[in-house]
Amino acid sequence: MTLQMLSIIGAVVAVAVGSITPALAEGRAITAAMEGIARQPEAAGSLSRTLFVGLAMIETMAIYCLMVALLLLLANPFAR
Amino acid sequence: MNHSPLAAAILFYVGIVPISRTVVTTWGLMAALTAACWIASRGFRVDAGGWQTMIETVVVGIEEQIAGLLNRDAAPFLPLLGTLFIFLVVANLCGILPGVRAPTASIETPAALAAIVFLSVHFYGVRIQGLAGYLKGYLKPNPIMLPFNILTQLTRSFSLAMRLFGNMMSEDLVVGVALALAGLLVPIPFMAFGILVGLVQAYVFSVLAAVYIGGGIGAIEK
Repeated sequence: MTLQMLSIIGAVVAVAVGSITPALAEGRAITAAMEGIARQPEAAGSLSRTLFVGLAMIETMAIYCLMVALLLLLANPFAR
Repeated sequence: MNHSPLAAAILFYVGIVPISRTVVTTWGLMAALTAACWIASRGFRVDAGGWQTMIETVVVGIEEQIAGLLNRDAAPFLPLLGTLFIFLVVANLCGILPGVRAPTASIETPAALAAIVFLSVHFYGVRIQGLAGYLKGYLKPNPIMLPFNILTQLTRSFSLAMRLFGNMMSEDLVVGVALALAGLLVPIPFMAFGILVGLVQAYVFSVLAAVYIGGGIGAIEK
């Protein structure tokens, strides 16, 4: 197995795991926010603002995984 | 794909300074925004017309959001955060125009904006709390947390830049991949989704900048 193939597999695994786990986490966050809004509809404004920021934080992890995958594919220092 | 999304496209050189496509696009956007704001704000009257009402709605909306986040008067922060938001909306959405690449889709622009936010956290913190009060904030809740607080400052600025860059660049990439697979009509839903992503990322960047500044001035817990 060459280094290029390993890099491709590494990139695929990074994107796959890096999209599954943030998706689960975002689902949990949205569930909690929905429950909060259902219980206290008057707090919807501040809840959704906090939810947006939190979702952006979680999504950053997925973006990091994408970055790692792109670095593996396009700017890999070992597979030249 | 013959061109890495991580590399900058150099258009021409001024002396030894390379001028990339991103810089040219950014200067064009800045000129357009400045001209639009100058023309729009020339004839302000008390009985507002349609154009003036629209601008006032945007400015007051941003001001209310900041005031709600920081629990205080938004006036000192409105110039920075409002400019940041309006510039990011225009910069993220200009990628839709044919022949224009969003400047936020290359690493320089988000990095520079994150550096501005990083410096303005300290600037507002020192200006509002005083130097001693601001530095004391690093020893909370416990002096042991000092290295972690300093690390937080650096990593969150880095992640602010990477978030914007990654989202905008991956949107370009997804459209490119869809275009390579099926050219006709298939990329359009992705481009429509890209509009949503661009607006959400502009909002998120501005809100996070406001939250970081709020942490710096001690208005909200970090």
